[in-house]
Amino acid sequence: METRAPAPVGEADHVFKSFGETAALVDVSLTVHPGECHGLVGRNGAGKSTLVSLLTGLSRPDRGSVRLAGQPAPGLADRGAWLGRVACVYQRSMVVPALTVAENVSLNRPTGRGKSLVSWANMRAEARALMLDWGFDINVDQEAGRLTVEQRQVVEIARALSIGARFLILDEPTAALEKAAVERLFERVRRLRDGGVGILYISHHLEEIYEICDRVSVLRDGEMVLSRNVRDVPQAALVGAMVGSAPPRRAGEIEAVEKRGAVGEVRLAVSHLTVFSRAGSVEDVSFSVRAGECVGLVGLNGSGSATVADTIVGMIKPRDGTIAINGKRLRPGRVDSAFALGVGYVPQDRHATGFAPQLGVAENVTLALLDRLARRAGVVSFRERDAIARRQVEQLQIVARDLQQPVSRLSGGNQQKVVVGRALAPDPTVLVVVNPTVGVDVASKEALLDAIGRVRDQGVALLLVSDDFEDLRVCTRLVVMVRGRLAAEFGEPPWDRQRLIAAVEGLEVAV
Amino acid sequence: MLVLKWLRELTLVPVIVVLMVAGALVDPVFFTPSNLINVAEGGAALGMVVVAESLILITGKFDISLQGTFGLAPLLAAWLIAPKASEGLGTEWSPWIGLVIVLIVGLAVGTFNGALVIKANFNAFIFTLAMSILLTGLQLGWLGGQTVYNLPEAFIYLGAESWFGVPVAVWVTVATFVVAALFMRYHRIGRAMYAIGGNLEAARAAGIQVDRIRIGVFMVASILAAMGGLMQAGRVTAVTAGQGSNLIFGVFAAAVIGGISLEGGRGRMVGALTGVILLSLVTNILTLSNISSTWIDAVDGAIILLALGLAKLIGTESA
Repeated sequence: METRAPAPVGEADHVFKSFGETAALVDVSLTVHPGECHGLVGRNGAGKSTLVSLLTGLSRPDRGSVRLAGQPAPGLADRGAWLGRVACVYQRSMVVPALTVAENVSLNRPTGRGKSLVSWANMRAEARALMLDWGFDINVDQEAGRLTVEQRQVVEIARALSIGARFLILDEPTAALEKAAVERLFERVRRLRDGGVGILYISHHLEEIYEICDRVSVLRDGEMVLSRNVRDVPQAALVGAMVGSAPPRRAGEIEAVEKRGAVGEVRLAVSHLTVFSRAGSVEDVSFSVRAGECVGLVGLNGSGSATVADTIVGMIKPRDGTIAINGKRLRPGRVDSAFALGVGYVPQDRHATGFAPQLGVAENVTLALLDRLARRAGVVSFRERDAIARRQVEQLQIVARDLQQPVSRLSGGNQQKVVVGRALAPDPTVLVVVNPTVGVDVASKEALLDAIGRVRDQGVALLLVSDDFEDLRVCTRLVVMVRGRLAAEFGEPPWDRQRLIAAVEGLEVAV
Repeated sequence: MLVLKWLRELTLVPVIVVLMVAGALVDPVFFTPSNLINVAEGGAALGMVVVAESLILITGKFDISLQGTFGLAPLLAAWLIAPKASEGLGTEWSPWIGLVIVLIVGLAVGTFNGALVIKANFNAFIFTLAMSILLTGLQLGWLGGQTVYNLPEAFIYLGAESWFGVPVAVWVTVATFVVAALFMRYHRIGRAMYAIGGNLEAARAAGIQVDRIRIGVFMVASILAAMGGLMQAGRVTAVTAGQGSNLIFGVFAAAVIGGISLEGGRGRMVGALTGVILLSLVTNILTLSNISSTWIDAVDGAIILLALGLAKLIGTESA
C-alpha cells in the first residue's frame, strides 16, 4: 500500500460560472482520481459542457479553482501545459485527414533530435509503441482521413496519452459507434483505467455508466446534485437526480393535448427502414402516422430519430425499407419526390438548411412554391406570393417590419416561424418537424406549438422529432428510439415523465 | 505502399514523356540541349511562384496577387537603379540595394496580405484579387507603361548567367523546390501547415500557432514571387510594365495539376514540380509547332484541362 494516495488527475473545486444572467455552474465540485472512470450525466443544458470547458482550459471559472494532477491549473494562454495534463475527445473529429496516424499522434511535438525537425522513423516507432502499449490495433502509416469514426477516436486518445495527459475526458464517445465498436471502446477504457489514467465519461446512455464507471456525478441546472459510487445508486435514483422535482403540475405527467380532431386514414407509412448515417443510424424502423395525428419521435442525439426525419423527406437515401405517402411509394433519397407527394419539412438546423438569410420573409416562405407561383414564361407573380406569405405571417404571428425584410434580421423565434411557414405554405398532407423550438423565446415557442397543433387538427399527419418534452404536448402518441431502433411506444396521453425519460435513456425502470 | 504513394505523386510523368515524344515529332530542334535548357529557363520563374502558391494552398488559403508582386517588385528596384536614359529614376542606386528592394517589396506585400486575410479575416479570393489589380496598376501607372532596361549585371545575374551551362535561375528554382519539399516533409512547421490546411480547429487545439504560421507563409510566398520576378527581369534584361500579367492562371494550373489541393492540406512539392515541367513543355512545343500565335492560348487551355482530367483520374491525393 502506498503511504499517500496519488493526487487526483483532475479536480474542480467549488467552481462557479455564469454567462451573462444565466448561471451555468453553481458551486460545483468534481474529483477524478487516477485509475478511475467517473461518469458525468445530466440532461441537455445541465452544465456538462461548461464544466468540461473549465477542466480543459477553454474558459476560466468565475469563482473556485481547477487543479490538474495536484497542480493549480495553468493560464488559459498556455495551451501546451493544458495539453500535457488533460485531453478531451470531442464528438466532432479533431484529426487532420491528410496526415498519417503517426503524425496525428505526434502533432506539433518534436520527434527528432532537434526541436524543429521531424524524424519520421522516430515518429512511427513511437506511435507504434504507444499503440502496442495500450493495445490499440491501428496501422500508424495509414492516412487519418480513411479511418472509421472508432479509429479516429483511438487516434485522439493516443495523442492525448502520448503528450503525457493522464486525465481523459470522453464526451459522448459512443454516440456515433456501432455496438461492437462500443464494446471495444469499453475494453479500451478499462485498460486505460487499469493503467492509471483517470477518465471523465460523459454520456446520455445511463446503462453505459453502469457498465464501466466506478463513480457517477449528476449535474442538474448547473448544480451537482449527486456524486457517489455507481453501485450505490439505483437506476431510478439516477434518473430521479437528473430530472429533479419539477413544478407540481408538470411533475408526474406531460400536459395532455386539449383538443383533437378525428383521426383519419394512414398518411405516412414507414416500413423496415434501415439507414446508415454518421448522425445516428437507423435499423429496421416501422411506424405509421394517420391524418390528424401527431406522432412524437423521441430520442437522444444520435439515436437516429433525426435521421428518420431526414430520410422521410429524402435528404438521406435509406439502405433498406420503404416510405409511403398517402399510399404512394417515395423515390428514396429524392427531396423533390417527397415534396411532390405533399410532405412539408421543418429541418433541424435552421441556420444551415432552414432559410436563405439574405432573402425576404415573403420569398423564404414561398421558396417551395416557386413553380406554383410562376406565370407565363416562368415569371413569378409577386402579388400572389405576398398573399400566401401574408397568410403565414398572420397565422404564425411572425414579427417582421414588412414582407421584404431579410430573414437574417429577424429574431431567432421569428426565423423559426418563417421556416415553419415555408413548410406550411404549400398545404402539406404530411408535415415532418425536427426540434421546432430549439433556441426560441417562450412566446415564439407557444405560437409555434399552437400552429403545429392547429395543422394537426386540420387533418395533417404530423411527425414531430424532438428531445424537448415541452414540444411533445402537441403530440397524440409517442414513439421512443434508442440506438437506431424503436424501443417503446406511449399511446394515449398523459405520459409519465420519469418513465419516458427512462425509456429515452434506454433503461427499464419500474416506477 | 510507399511505392504506390510515389507513383501517385508522379502521375504526370507519363504525360510528360508523351509530350516529349510529341515535341520531338513536331520539330527535331526540340531535343537539342539548348532548347531543353530553354524550357527549363522558361519554367524557372514560373516555378518560384508555383512553390509560393503551393505553400499557401497547402495551408488552406490562396493569393492571387503573387503575380502583382512578381511584376512590381523588380520594376520598383529597376526604376531606382537604372539610369535616366533607360527609363530609370536617375538615382542609379547600387544594384545590391536593388536586390534588397526586391525582397522588401515582396515582404511588405506578403505581410499586408497575410495580416488582412488572416487577422482581419478578409476573404482571400477577393482581397488578393483586388491587391493583384492594385499592384499591376501601380506597375503600369508608375512608369506610364515604359520598360526599364539597361540594368546592371549584378541585378540580372540571377536570370542571365549560367553555371555549368545551366542558367542560375534553374539551379535556384530547383534548389527552392528541394528545400521546400524537405521543409514540408521534415520540418515541424511544414507538417503543421498540412495540419492547418487539413483541419484548422484540430491544429489550433493541438497548440499550433495557426495565425502566426499562416501569416508567415504569406510573407515567404511573396518573397519567393518577387525572386521569380527578378529571374524574369534578368532573363529579358529588362522589366516591362506587363511583367506578371496573367501569370497566376498558369501558377494555379501547375499546382493543381501537380496534386496540390485547392481545399488545403494536401499535395506535395514533387507533384507541383511535375506540373511546372508539364506547362513549360506545352508552351515550348506550341511555340515550336508554328501554331498561329492567336491559337496558342486555346490549345494551352485545352491541354491544361486534359492534364487536370488525368490528375483527377489517377487521384493525386496525399500529404
